[in-house]
Amino acid sequence: MREIEVRRITEVVERLCIEANEHLPEDVKCALRDCRVQEDGEIARGVLDNIIENFEIADREQVPVCQDTGMACVFLEIGQEVHLTGGTLTEAVDEGVRRGYEKGYLRKSVVMDPVRRGNTGDNTPAVLYTEIVPGEHVTITVGPKGFGSENMSALRMFKPSAGLQGIKDFILETVEAAGPNPCPPMVVGVGIGGTFDKAALLAKKALMRPLDSSHPDPFYADLEREMLQKINELGIGPQGFGGRTTALGVNIETMPTHIAGMPCAVNISCHVTRHKTEVI
Amino acid sequence: MVRRITLPLTKELAETLHAGDTICLTGTIYTSRDAGHKRMCEALNRGEALPFNPEDATIYYVGPTPAKPGQVIGSAGPTTSGRMDAYAPALMSAGVRGMIGKGARLPEVVEAMKTYSGVYFGAIGGAGALLAKCIRKSELIAYEDLGAEALRKLYVEDMPLVVIIDSKGRNLYEEGRAAYLASKK
Repeated sequence: MREIEVRRITEVVERLCIEANEHLPEDVKCALRDCRVQEDGEIARGVLDNIIENFEIADREQVPVCQDTGMACVFLEIGQEVHLTGGTLTEAVDEGVRRGYEKGYLRKSVVMDPVRRGNTGDNTPAVLYTEIVPGEHVTITVGPKGFGSENMSALRMFKPSAGLQGIKDFILETVEAAGPNPCPPMVVGVGIGGTFDKAALLAKKALMRPLDSSHPDPFYADLEREMLQKINELGIGPQGFGGRTTALGVNIETMPTHIAGMPCAVNISCHVTRHKTEVI
Repeated sequence: MVRRITLPLTKELAETLHAGDTICLTGTIYTSRDAGHKRMCEALNRGEALPFNPEDATIYYVGPTPAKPGQVIGSAGPTTSGRMDAYAPALMSAGVRGMIGKGARLPEVVEAMKTYSGVYFGAIGGAGALLAKCIRKSELIAYEDLGAEALRKLYVEDMPLVVIIDSKGRNLYEEGRAAYLASKK
């Protein structure tokens, strides 16, 4: 048994909210630079030059890469040998978000009621996911999620007979419908299997995975590559102005599902796909 | 080639801009998003004046991050314009001519642009740190209670933009993509 005070989780969440918003992950930066080299249109190249200059300014001056500093998605993997002390976990996470968004001059973009609206003023609550894992550590990932791209995401409950083709068509259809809105080049997170809710969570988790990684099963790793190629043949291009680079990557996460179903969720993210992880 | 233009966006100036033009924009613009647009349209419906003179004005769809000490404004890239589609024709009929944002517009907005010689400019979505550099002055002028969505008057210098939809209704999203796909055939 290892005791961890929840205030340590507050401190880490606070720091990760700020760092994730100011510094893009290296894999995303690499992907953007690679795409710039491959793009040949004048407008598309100009857009990618500006996007690269933008994340360099954010790095150097420690300012948010994008003004939509997102809803704070927080993933906690809690080792089952850990005993959390000194307060309530959910409150500790929200306190970290509250402090991070204030101290980091991040935008407060959360409303207290989905229909009646009204800004909460401190970007809480976080969207919190907890998972119990073996061991005595707590792994904390913060992924601030912007809504220009979140709004273009989709989920469909397929009949198993729709097969692989059904999934391929749905991914392309979702990207096509998103068009210029989610700030392409986008990152496409796909969740296949589980239940209605689990498919959506898998798609979100897929966005937290580095772009230079692939699904461990070669069948899905091939599907990731094939879908990236097909998406980049759509011609939507950087910002939707036409060009090769519509997406930087396609990440797929899967799990077993029911004999009667094949849920598939497509969570779209922008070129400012942010996440940062720390282990306590 | 980059073209430098200075606001206000008169009818004459607007009609010289074409979809696909790369622009450096200098002048005074006003910020507003969903909640601000809703309030402005409610004011127009009541026959009240807008918080700024709408004649030949340009609105930037943005909700910036708070300014750090010493900054004019925080990161300030465009938000998705489609959420303002319900309000844009009414504002254009009141005199607003320019819109800066990102993403697709509804046909009724394009029709209003053709009627009022409007121009829809694209700023690079997600380039908030870069775009903030062009903003030299920022002044809160209305709806302070809306926080990030409050109305601000900005003075921008050489703001990098692309004309997405021009006053004739030509659309870079359609033409740019078609041109790229044709080049790959």
